[in-house]
Amino acid sequence: MEYFLELFMGGLTRGSIYALIALGYTMVYGIIELINFAHGEIYMIGAFTGLIVAGLLTMLGFPVSAILVIALVCAVIWAAAYGFTIEKMAYKPLRSAPRLSPLISAIGMSIFLQNYVMLAQTSDFLPFPELIPHFDFMDKAGSIMSSAELVIILATIASCVGLTLFIKFTKLGKAMRATAQNRKMAMLVGINVDMVISATFIIGSSLAAVGGVLIASHIGQINYYIGFIAGIKAFTAAVLGGIGSLPGAMLGGLVLGLTEAFATGYVSSDYEDVFAFLLLVLILIFRPSGIMGKEKTQKV
Amino acid sequence: MRVKLSLIALCLVMAAMLAACGGEAKKDEKHDEKADVETGEVAAPAKKLVLGVAGAHSGDLASYGLPTVNAAKLVADKVNAAGGVNGAMVEVMPQDDQCKPELATNVATKLLSDGVKIVLGHICSGATKAALPIYLSGKIVVMSPSATNPPLTQSGEYPNFFRTIAPDDAQAALEVSFAKSLGLKKVAIIHDKGDYGKGFASFCKQFIDADPAIEQVLFEGVTPGAVDYSAVVQKIKGSGAEGVIFGGYHPEASKIVTGMRKKGLDIPFMSDDGVKDDTFIKVAGKYAEGVYATGPMDFSSNPLYQEAVAAHKAKFGTDPGPFFPEAYSAALALLNAVKVAGGTDYNKMIDALHTSYVDTPVGKIKFDAKGDAEGVGFAVYQVKDGKYVEVK
Repeated sequence: MEYFLELFMGGLTRGSIYALIALGYTMVYGIIELINFAHGEIYMIGAFTGLIVAGLLTMLGFPVSAILVIALVCAVIWAAAYGFTIEKMAYKPLRSAPRLSPLISAIGMSIFLQNYVMLAQTSDFLPFPELIPHFDFMDKAGSIMSSAELVIILATIASCVGLTLFIKFTKLGKAMRATAQNRKMAMLVGINVDMVISATFIIGSSLAAVGGVLIASHIGQINYYIGFIAGIKAFTAAVLGGIGSLPGAMLGGLVLGLTEAFATGYVSSDYEDVFAFLLLVLILIFRPSGIMGKEKTQKV
Repeated sequence: MRVKLSLIALCLVMAAMLAACGGEAKKDEKHDEKADVETGEVAAPAKKLVLGVAGAHSGDLASYGLPTVNAAKLVADKVNAAGGVNGAMVEVMPQDDQCKPELATNVATKLLSDGVKIVLGHICSGATKAALPIYLSGKIVVMSPSATNPPLTQSGEYPNFFRTIAPDDAQAALEVSFAKSLGLKKVAIIHDKGDYGKGFASFCKQFIDADPAIEQVLFEGVTPGAVDYSAVVQKIKGSGAEGVIFGGYHPEASKIVTGMRKKGLDIPFMSDDGVKDDTFIKVAGKYAEGVYATGPMDFSSNPLYQEAVAAHKAKFGTDPGPFFPEAYSAALALLNAVKVAGGTDYNKMIDALHTSYVDTPVGKIKFDAKGDAEGVGFAVYQVKDGKYVEVK
């Protein structure tokens, strides 16, 4: 039972990170029907910003908890700026182009950002400081869950709840929902669609940056390539949950994380990815729109 | 009309450029002739011997590959200062494969088409394996300072392949006997599913299975680059292992060891020379303390070794990285073979490598019938106060 619980918590942690990144994929898809393949790189840039800020603050002698908060804030701002700029540079000029063009532009952006960070920073792995202080809050023998895992899960829950409330109750949230439903109609009733799209990118990027800083602090190392695999997994999670749906992205992330954890724990870590993608295939066979996705009738 | 005009203009520009190039070449020729007339003799064509250096020079494994390039440059400088090899100046030609097999074959093809006859590299076993058939078909002699996969030499398929490092099975045997000397009875073996890591782990498993005194309780691969390894760490914990042997490179090793220590799993962590690298200590930080890793023997008392390190410090201003002494030795051995063979004749060079001794930083070596250097081996190191210290 203890083993099961440990795996469960590990899977939940990993799934939370997937969920945080997947929210960005799913929101962007919901609004402009684009798979933003550069989103994983935003997560990586968030982590790098966190590293630089944390290093600077450590030199100035700030306490760890303050460093964590400031690093998170800076990472969010910086990553949001990247998200905003990417949309303006790579996607906005292509908004009326065939759907394949922005997709290719996204892949190009992803490769560009990877190489940019590699050249600007280094291709080596860098140590990431432990920003989440380690404390034993359960009995020592158990250590079912570490403080870092708890913080990650709580931060994810807080972000998700905050985002849901934001979308439900604010004016901008309403405008986002309207734009997602029908962009032309939203424009006709006076919604500034450009602003809504920018806001979507900013929010998605912020969430990814939070995920990046938290997980980097948990596992203690980053390099320019971490966004690629995390991005692919989060994209999978978004599709799994039903791309375009916010609760779907969260659920998809958690399901994917737990599947991987249990596949590792009860079968073999050799088969981690096999089971994760097998799950994806099965879901797509039986529910082509994902767990929470809505069937959309194609207009001819 | 406009289009036509611009087309014509373009053609003119191109023609002018071509003419300019041609003119320059002609001028150079003339200049040479003149020089000959002045000195009264035909200038000997500048003889050069190209030493290809293949390996990871960028990407996350660059810290293993770049020391080899530096070593090659230092040896080339030293040999050139002494008049070259049989009068030919040595020129180093680095080629980056990022330790990726698919890039390694490109690199090999490039070196082959450039007419290179001796290659120092590759760094990773997987890349080496992919590139060797191309070198064999082109009759190029290859010597790796770091590819430790045993079949590379032991299969006998590649008579053109040599190495200045002992193969993995030697390392695995040492690892297992060291685990036994620590009093471990149950060991978990983890690897990174790669040619090198899994190969090493499988050898450890073989030796452990053959020994009734020690038992293997877990044998698994992890996916490099995965978001975290907490599930594997749980599994190690659940398996009741008293120690962990990891086969692979430092990024995964530091993630696993960090996860283990954070979960309060304080059992010995042993790994291979892919982890015996200062980058590992830098990344794993305080969690690296106490980690064991096997690596090439320490040759720091050898005067040639000291000379090589001093040269590195003088030229590059830093301490050399991993596999530097092996790479330096391999470069010396290759150039010595060319010298003994009196040229780059394939068969003669191979004969020379098998028969004539050469003094190198890793000792006085020649190569056995399979291509492994005689007399090099491994030692066990442990991280103490942020440094690898040999365990006596």
